[in-house]
Amino acid sequence: MKPLRLVPRNTTFRFVSLRRMFYVISIAALIVSAGLFFTRGLNLGIDFLGGIMIEAKTNGPADLGAMRAELGGLGLGEVTLQEFGAPDDVLIRVARQPGGEKEQQVAVARVKQALAAMGRGDISYRRVEFVGPKVSAELVEAGITAVIAAVFLMLLYIWFRFEWQFSIGAVIALIHDVGLTMGMFALTQFEFNLASIAAILTIVGYSINDTVVVYDRVRENLRKYKTMPLDELANLSLNETLSRTTMTSLTTMLALLALYFFGGEVIEGFVFAMMFGVVVGTYSSIFIAVALLLEMKPTRRAKPDTDADATKAD
Amino acid sequence: MLHFSRLKINLILGLCLLGFLFAMPNLLDEDVADQLPDWLPHKQISLGLDLQGGSHLLLEVGVETVVRERLNALVDETRVALRGARIGYSGLGADATRVSVTLRNPGADLEQARDLLRAIDRNLLVADDSGAITLTLSEAALSEMRDSTVTQSLEIVRRRIDETGTREPTIQRQGKERILVQLPGIDDPDRIKKILGQTAKLTFRLVDLNTSVADAVAGRMPAGSELLEDAEDRDASGRPIQYVVRKRIMVSGENLIDAQPTFQDNQPVVAFSFDPVGARKFGDVTTKNIGRPFAIVLDNKVISAPVIRGAITGGRGIISGNFTVSGATDLALLLRAGALPAPLTILEERSVGPDLGADSVRAGKIAAVLGLTLVLVFMGICYGLFGLAANIALLMNVVLLAAALSALQATLTLPGIAGIVLTIGMAVDANVLVFERIREEIAGGRTPFSSVDAGYRRALTTIIDSNVTTFIAAILLFGLGSGPVKGFGVTLAIGILTSLFTSVMLTRLIIVTWLRRTRPQTLPI
Repeated sequence: MKPLRLVPRNTTFRFVSLRRMFYVISIAALIVSAGLFFTRGLNLGIDFLGGIMIEAKTNGPADLGAMRAELGGLGLGEVTLQEFGAPDDVLIRVARQPGGEKEQQVAVARVKQALAAMGRGDISYRRVEFVGPKVSAELVEAGITAVIAAVFLMLLYIWFRFEWQFSIGAVIALIHDVGLTMGMFALTQFEFNLASIAAILTIVGYSINDTVVVYDRVRENLRKYKTMPLDELANLSLNETLSRTTMTSLTTMLALLALYFFGGEVIEGFVFAMMFGVVVGTYSSIFIAVALLLEMKPTRRAKPDTDADATKAD
Repeated sequence: MLHFSRLKINLILGLCLLGFLFAMPNLLDEDVADQLPDWLPHKQISLGLDLQGGSHLLLEVGVETVVRERLNALVDETRVALRGARIGYSGLGADATRVSVTLRNPGADLEQARDLLRAIDRNLLVADDSGAITLTLSEAALSEMRDSTVTQSLEIVRRRIDETGTREPTIQRQGKERILVQLPGIDDPDRIKKILGQTAKLTFRLVDLNTSVADAVAGRMPAGSELLEDAEDRDASGRPIQYVVRKRIMVSGENLIDAQPTFQDNQPVVAFSFDPVGARKFGDVTTKNIGRPFAIVLDNKVISAPVIRGAITGGRGIISGNFTVSGATDLALLLRAGALPAPLTILEERSVGPDLGADSVRAGKIAAVLGLTLVLVFMGICYGLFGLAANIALLMNVVLLAAALSALQATLTLPGIAGIVLTIGMAVDANVLVFERIREEIAGGRTPFSSVDAGYRRALTTIIDSNVTTFIAAILLFGLGSGPVKGFGVTLAIGILTSLFTSVMLTRLIIVTWLRRTRPQTLPI
């Protein structure tokens, strides 16, 4: 069997020549994301807001209307119900109660009592989660810190391994990916919780991985073709790595698709965010990260041989 | 890059063999795996609470109550010390961090008062400002007090949970003032929450017969008594019945050595026995107070107030109240386990029922197998024989990942399974990099041997750079939050390490062996 080539051998796409267009597309997408973020906002989950989430299984299809009326009448503030994956599976969310940790516990007990009193004796609880105000505030802080730390460490690492121009380019691409992912969360109103932060960190890791591979090739070609114009060199590097970029994105996507369709309701949002991230990360590595290098004109003088360990591969 | 020494080959194969050995118990039933001979690894991957069902409770120890109690005690001791020396004072009281008192006649009494107060506790910082004395607990004393409160609470929580018969609970201190409790297999932790929600301070005290409840309510309360409510009983208007109870403690729960639920006149009651010291104290007081009522007080509520009918010198007794069977059982449990030094607050609860856990495991397995199959097929189609080598490495990677998770006893969570599937998708990246490089080298006119050699050599720096960055992200994930998300970081990090080994070392060994055996003129890639 002859191996299949996804991308023909000697492609000559002129990626960076069209960079103005991609800048416009990306900036527009970022503006829309920011707009959505500030107007619609994120659908924050109990991890960050505090509150109660109960997944209950009823005996037979759940009567959402009756349950909503019953729980709404408890005076616990905002109570939302939704079917979760199956007609007899209900996800109940109760907003954080005013007061401290004790008040939240009381509310959990009252919701359970009310459900039991509805005569549906066969209710079983698949999940009961409660996050108090203290923990939710800490999780917000931990989440923000982790993402900022990730971006900062990537900046340092790329700076250490490449020139500063590369690290700036990679980080702008990263911020682009994280920004668009936040916009996606605002647009789809998928619940934004701790797992979403995990997804964003994964996206950061994936996107930088993709960018590093392309940058590596740019660096190699900068040393190899000392007189080639920069834009031509960038296009060459992108075309040379295009096959690998698509292959890896596809295998990752295949794995994620399997998870999305069969991994269960609980991680659906988490997996969707990662799929979105793979697409955006691949896009930014190809169309944005390398183009940004042209704006900053990396130094071309070959480094002295003593520093050649990074390129010893040649 | 094409030469492998004997030693290196043996190391690579040895590591793979170890991987199989450590991963194998996961294919067996738990009972069978436990019976494996000692020299074989028999640890299975431990599932997180979100996969096996169970409860996660994060508790906070209310250490400030202990500090406040200590300060209140200091107020009493100050009063005793100053009165004893006939020193006039006013404004004696405590706020959140210190006790303050003002001397009426600082000129004469200051020196003596300072010495007296200093003698109460050498950890006390005594400061004075023209007759106004403040007593502050030193920072060292405070932190020592906090620390021992949390340590004690941890011990009591452990005893109480052990008494409930929960299997394999994890109870550990988290941060300075928190306790993390994980209860596998318990999806409705209401009973545990109730048991942990009480400090369970038990005291036996005399009822003050010289002061009527009405007097006490009206504010005419002697200094040595206080007004307490009944735990259950209500009067005609629905308000709890009240008692005037002496503050002086006859015997406290600390002197209990056993408590068991039992029945008396078909009523559930709790039978208890005191240690020798408690028995003697209880005997003395009951001998002197025959015919008078005493109160059994739990967490400042009166459970019952029986009349002493005769001297109780055997150190045994019965607490009767309006108990249900489970109420008596739980009270006996609390008394056996001992009182918490400070109240606990539940900061976070996450409970997963066993069927959701099982559903998640099933879904995770399907997704993992399907994801793996898709990637295997795809690699086979794209890289032919080389794809086969990469696929062997990928399968080995899954084995090694399972082995590492079992050996390290890392907890596998649902996001952790997602991490494994993601690793499967990304693990082939290193091979893709190498194979694409080999294709380029062939296109550049190199021979098969030198193409493979150059492919591995040139791709290596890229592989390392790209993996280090993902690894950084995985480490940060590990530090983020608790439970499920941490599990994701764990599998991602381990997956990066194992996939580096399999895709760089193992595939190279396979391909080089194949090259040497067949010496092909062209490469099928």
